[in-house]
Amino acid sequence: MSEQKIVRPYGDTTGDGMVQVSFTLPVPHDKRAEGAAVQLANKMGVDPALLVHAKPIGDGFTFFVVYGRVNHLVDLSAVRVVERDFPLLGAKEVNAVVKRRLRRKLSVVGACIGTDAHTVGIDAILNVKGIAGEKGLEYYRELSVTNLGAQVSVPELVEAARVARADAVLVSQVVTQRDAHLHNTREMSAAFREAMPAGRRPLLIVGGPRFDESQAAELGVDRIFGRGTTPGEVASYLVHALITGRKATVA
Amino acid sequence: MTGKLDLDPVLVARARELARRAGRPVVELARSHTTVSVERAVLRLAGVVGADPDGIPWVNRLVDAVVADVGLGHGVALPVFDALVREQTTDVTLLAQKAAAGSVRFQVPSGRAATAARRAARRAVAAGIRRIDRRRAERDRLVRRYGDPRQRPWIYLIVATGDIYEDIPQAQAAARAGADVIAVIRSTGQSLLDYVPEGATREGFAGTYATQENFRLMRAALDESSKELGRYVRLTNYASGLCMPEMATLAGLERLDMMLNDSMYGILFRDINPVRTFVDQRFSRQVHARAGIVINTGEDNYLTTADAVDEAHTVTVSQLLNEYFAHEAGLADWQLGLGHAFEINPDVPESFRLELAHALLARELFPDAPLKWMPPTKHMTGDVFRGNLLDGFFNLVGTMTGQGILLVGMMTEAVVTPWLSDRDIALQNVRYVLGAAGGLHEDFVPAPGGFIQQRAHRVLAEAVGLLERIGAQSVLTAIAEGTFGIMKRPADRGKGLDGVARHEAGYYNPATEILEQPGAGGRVPGSRSEEVRP
Repeated sequence: MSEQKIVRPYGDTTGDGMVQVSFTLPVPHDKRAEGAAVQLANKMGVDPALLVHAKPIGDGFTFFVVYGRVNHLVDLSAVRVVERDFPLLGAKEVNAVVKRRLRRKLSVVGACIGTDAHTVGIDAILNVKGIAGEKGLEYYRELSVTNLGAQVSVPELVEAARVARADAVLVSQVVTQRDAHLHNTREMSAAFREAMPAGRRPLLIVGGPRFDESQAAELGVDRIFGRGTTPGEVASYLVHALITGRKATVA
Repeated sequence: MTGKLDLDPVLVARARELARRAGRPVVELARSHTTVSVERAVLRLAGVVGADPDGIPWVNRLVDAVVADVGLGHGVALPVFDALVREQTTDVTLLAQKAAAGSVRFQVPSGRAATAARRAARRAVAAGIRRIDRRRAERDRLVRRYGDPRQRPWIYLIVATGDIYEDIPQAQAAARAGADVIAVIRSTGQSLLDYVPEGATREGFAGTYATQENFRLMRAALDESSKELGRYVRLTNYASGLCMPEMATLAGLERLDMMLNDSMYGILFRDINPVRTFVDQRFSRQVHARAGIVINTGEDNYLTTADAVDEAHTVTVSQLLNEYFAHEAGLADWQLGLGHAFEINPDVPESFRLELAHALLARELFPDAPLKWMPPTKHMTGDVFRGNLLDGFFNLVGTMTGQGILLVGMMTEAVVTPWLSDRDIALQNVRYVLGAAGGLHEDFVPAPGGFIQQRAHRVLAEAVGLLERIGAQSVLTAIAEGTFGIMKRPADRGKGLDGVARHEAGYYNPATEILEQPGAGGRVPGSRSEEVRP
């Protein structure tokens, strides 16, 4: 049984295909609205669809709960998962790994460079406040965070990274007029290459809503994070790139 | 005191005394310093409006020009009103425009010029404060006409799409669905902007920019809703971050009803300079007191970074400090929406009883404050079914312990910004609990010496212990050493420090002068008008 490749959702009997969905339609509650909900469920592959709950909400909206048998099959052999190339760790694990393996605080320097005054991104990643319920890197006891804020020049950033003995430099770029984010990033990575020998250079990370995450090599940085990145992902990546993943490459 | 917890009145009095002792040096600091934002708020009261073509408000341009010529330590009132006389105009905004163009030089007047500037500044600022008084009287009138919500706690709901014109119908729908208080969350990072954006705004990051025009539009929309629903629907925004005093002022001018206004949040969670925060906070609270605005404090935030059981006493300590700072600034008990939250890990045995103990402790320590009860966020996992149950228990604690303001919890917390249906389900949850158990607080009396009483006594004792440790130093030192949350925030670091100045001899701030007149604050609900003495 454990090797079966084709499965259906499970209600209370193997193969019954039962699912439950809820949604809102922008129509006032009446017979036609209920019919519309059943029609949507049918189009989603739920057939027969059992409309168990319909309730008017707000002006001209109706909320529905539908149970029913879905006629789609799931082919487990065809499931493709894009694996993150580093494990996602909680704050406790990040702190524990840094403490045990690095035996000092991991130093992170962050900034918005160029004329970009949008600190939204860097603050979401660094401030304790964080984003979407996740605390920023300042919250991690074993990370030492220096947030330089907005409109930092590249030489200032290099100098600050040197003073803070940065293990990683985080740069946020929101403004993309005339590809400013790409120019700024190239300028930044070139400055670090010039100022520090390869082995001593901090990990260079840029983030922003308009970057293509696959462009890292082209821009001379170690990693690019796009829209929707959370502090936890960045912290996990730092641990992976600087500590847990490094061993394998050195050996 | 209702006395359900049998708290030791001597210990409660000691806790207050210790909070006063810890907070007093901070008040002294606030009384002897000013900030660019305090001065900009003074100019807003004096009638400076609008922004330059780049969107930088004229108050910023004017303060910057004054600072460049004579520094910040004298305050801007005297240099600005002295320059008005010399420029032979009465329009302060026009002066700001001229100053931005570099055609006005500022000086600190002396002698008769100083007396004249002082009188003119006071007259202009008094007019602004009279406008706030009129808005307060207007609120009192509307509350009398439409009435307060029929139940306690008041139901507080958040909207924020980023677009004020999208927020308005959502807020009105929420009010129709039962919300008594609408909060418009600000765009991420607005707290770190050192200016207040202008005009109606249609894009923000995970929130809507707080601007005077957005305030006005939303208040007008909720006035319509109040009329339609026959109860006064309140509006909330944020007096926090680098522009705290200006936000408070704009809220007073546009008749907002509640403002988030914590004494330490910006320091701990936004790395804003502690001195900047305390100076700004005191001024903003004086304005709130005058405007009849209820403040909401942010103790819930401690529990999202620290353990809600181990660190429960830090909430009590912060509430006591917030109360001290608020009273000192002239706020009355009815204006203190002291915060706390339902954030204990639900897997902890007896977590519900612990929540009851903590919530009741806050209720009994601050019997006349409305108290703002905040829903679970940290242990909302994306399992919306479990989340809905947790919110139900949160609502139950709220009604059993007589909380004043209940922020409606969303089962989709940490999943999506609330959908229309999420809000409806959440309000249904609240209505069910308040309908089924709204009077349960009458019957709920914890067993003498039982679990709940013991837990409350322990938290209070730990709070007193922490205050004793702080008392030997001061709140500033405690913050610098990381006593609250886990952040160390020294007084000479953090954002906004360059906008702080110690008062020079002869510093003059007409707003503070008016707001500090005896009886100027919010102690007596009702309106009063500012008399200008010739």
